[in-house]
Amino acid sequence: MNRSYSWMTIFVVFLSGFVSAQTTAIVGGTVHTVGPAGTIEHATVIIEDGIITAVGKNVSAPSGATIVDAAGKILTPGLFTPFGQLGLVEIGASAGPLDAVQRGDQFTAGFDVADAFNPRSTLIAVNRIEGVTRALIAPQSRRADESGNSSHVFSGLAAVVNLSGRADSIDRRAAALVVNLGEGGRGLAGESRASNLLVLRNALDEARDYRDNKAAFERRQRREYQHSIADLESLQGVLTGDIPLLANVHRAADMELLIRLTAEYGIRAIINGGTEAWMIAGQLADASIPVLMGPTANLPSNFDRINARRDSAALLISAGVKVGFAGPQSQTHNARNITQSAGNAVSEGLSWDDALHAITLAPAEIFGLSDRIGSIEAGKEADIVIWPGDPLELTNYPEQVFIKGESISMSSRQTLLRDRYLKTETGKPPAFR
Amino acid sequence: MSKLNVALATVSVCLVACGKGVPDLDVPEPFASRYQALPSETTLLTGATILTGTGVRLENADILMSKGKIIAVGPGLDADGAAVVDASGKWVTPGIIDVHSHLGVYPSPGTASHSDGNEATSPVTAEVWAEHSVWPHDPGFVTALAGGVTSLQILPGSANLIGGRGVTLKNIPGRDVQSMKFPGAPHGLKMACGENPKRVYGRRGTAPSTRMGNVAGYRAAWIEAADYRDKMEAAARGEGEAPMRDLKLETLVGVLNGEILVHNHCYRGDEMSIMLDIAEEFGYKVTAFHHAVEAYKVADLLAEKGTCAAMWADWWGFKMEAFDGIRENAAIVDRAGACAIIHSDDAIGIQRLNQETAKVMGAAARVGIDIPPENAIKWITSNVAKALGIADVVGTLEPGKMADVVLWSGSPFSVYTRAELVYIDGALIYDRNNPAANPVTDFSLGTSALAGGLQ
Repeated sequence: MNRSYSWMTIFVVFLSGFVSAQTTAIVGGTVHTVGPAGTIEHATVIIEDGIITAVGKNVSAPSGATIVDAAGKILTPGLFTPFGQLGLVEIGASAGPLDAVQRGDQFTAGFDVADAFNPRSTLIAVNRIEGVTRALIAPQSRRADESGNSSHVFSGLAAVVNLSGRADSIDRRAAALVVNLGEGGRGLAGESRASNLLVLRNALDEARDYRDNKAAFERRQRREYQHSIADLESLQGVLTGDIPLLANVHRAADMELLIRLTAEYGIRAIINGGTEAWMIAGQLADASIPVLMGPTANLPSNFDRINARRDSAALLISAGVKVGFAGPQSQTHNARNITQSAGNAVSEGLSWDDALHAITLAPAEIFGLSDRIGSIEAGKEADIVIWPGDPLELTNYPEQVFIKGESISMSSRQTLLRDRYLKTETGKPPAFR
Repeated sequence: MSKLNVALATVSVCLVACGKGVPDLDVPEPFASRYQALPSETTLLTGATILTGTGVRLENADILMSKGKIIAVGPGLDADGAAVVDASGKWVTPGIIDVHSHLGVYPSPGTASHSDGNEATSPVTAEVWAEHSVWPHDPGFVTALAGGVTSLQILPGSANLIGGRGVTLKNIPGRDVQSMKFPGAPHGLKMACGENPKRVYGRRGTAPSTRMGNVAGYRAAWIEAADYRDKMEAAARGEGEAPMRDLKLETLVGVLNGEILVHNHCYRGDEMSIMLDIAEEFGYKVTAFHHAVEAYKVADLLAEKGTCAAMWADWWGFKMEAFDGIRENAAIVDRAGACAIIHSDDAIGIQRLNQETAKVMGAAARVGIDIPPENAIKWITSNVAKALGIADVVGTLEPGKMADVVLWSGSPFSVYTRAELVYIDGALIYDRNNPAANPVTDFSLGTSALAGGLQ
């Protein structure tokens, strides 16, 4: 364990490209590790060079360590928001940059939003000071614009990022390939979910053919493909199981179809949305298909979601499905509200520990990063949030957030606006405050 | 209720001209409320923490309801023959009221055929009434009920400068909108600032396409309305012929006469300031700015004008005019002495207005603004009733008021708390622990969500 940890330290520090060369001890808090150690009271967490090196009751701080007094406080792992467009968008509607959408089918599965990510986006600071330290950034789809150009069935590749604000904050490229099924997908492919499925199958079949006949293809002894080489290369990761399909889908029947498809092609899938997933929870658990969902989405907002219900998070998790939570309304600007999602899931029957798991370790597991992040355990990157009380309670906000061991600035454009307008002295306009 | 009904019905009939020396139109109030309280029994909730909505918090107190009204609130009440509910360890508040909802006009499922909230065919459509679009079978009414919402204003959307009349409903799914209309509640008038109208019309190459175009549009409408009012009044004095009845101008004159309340969608502080000057110019009052993402920048102005700000807790950034949203917005408005309201504008958000309020309380506490529960509850009850013109009959737990009451499993400002019992006019309408007795709209029949799921 010790050896693997020190190897891990070197590896991560090397990868992250900065060395804080600093030791921090967070002392005296109640630590919800979300790991095998469970919850530890009056615990000390030691962070060295961005990595957690020890967690426990009887751990003492090395000399020279920066001591953070957390007596009476709650510590949790950093929160991981499993779907959204952080760093890809500033203003949602009709203004500002939006880099999450690719129209046309020149590139489809090869479109990679990691190349558009802006670690200095306004949204990063707003969300990280409330405990979000990692996020999946995902491409989106759009129906036809004025010139008839719509997005493809594939929206493109999603990535996992950290919210350190640093240039090197992409943790995992090609963490998933986003595909649109059901109501959202049919509008992108012939106005039927049957044609939507044909497009998807055709892409997977071409990718297989390309894989099996690459040499012949390069000698121009193989037929032309409808997909670009970039797309077919990206799909190779799907065929090997390295890149899961992240399917935007809500209707139970469409998810049943997805289960059959994954078996047929030997590929992996993750469901995003999954309003009716609770109806086939056992099948999803058997097929090891995780679900990213909003626990508060209880309305039949379209005919794919006719069986929406308020307690589906608890139903899914008790059936053994791995679940990550999205925020109640906005998954991007207010990604920070995943604690509210988790709290509401608790009030609808989920255990508190499972709820915390769904916003920390579960998404790390779903996107293959649980060896590095998601829990407060020795050897993991030190994403830690210090709370004044129960992190799921709406009145509690983080007092300090650490990302990869770094104690971040707890200010954002919003706190600056707040502080300016909290001042009530008159005489000069706000711009002078 | 009946006395109030008669009194307010008279006012409604007189919308255009009574009180201005003009004869009554002598027509019955169109689409009048046919709301009838459901059967109720005398009920005593005992031993609760009670937030009265007047800024008072009572511990270990009781509340007695009978014949649809609140009879008494205080410690140690007893009543012979009352159904007694042990509420110890639980909290009781007035029914939650949402000043800004589109339930019924943008219902679930959100198909194009259900899109009835914006008459986006002309920038001024004061002649349309949201109540004529309300689909009572929207499942969202029932999920809102499960969140403790007992009354709500349904507004037209914000595509237009002046979008039409809003309607206030009692949250009891009826077979038609008339059976849901809050008896005696005045109409609202939806107006909209900023991005939406200029975008909707600008991209068609018609006015308005700019914010200055927006302002010209409002002023032209009020000039027309004032002229109509003057001609009507002159005709009543026997000077000249009355113009033909005009539904658009009738609504606007209702605002000028103070009988219809202006609910103005407006995000930016500087735009609110402009809108207050327009109101000054034409002699009407802005009852509330809605969304009001930058209300904190003009909180003193709002206090001075007696204009409420109806806000989200934390929505921001989805459009340019929402870029400066901060979590402390409502707290700063409240601190300035202005009327703060938390609203939803959303079928999911309406189910937990109490939680949205809690987020503001926590954010405010961080910067030293203490919003105790007894004050916070006003943002989603009595302040809303004020903005809807129904504060004399609902919004607080005071004897004589409508018995719209919620029993919560704990503090309504905890994420773990749920509404357990919801009473409207003293009748138990929702019981979390008895799903079989709860209302189910037609649309929800046959969905498996009904197995205890939806609500």
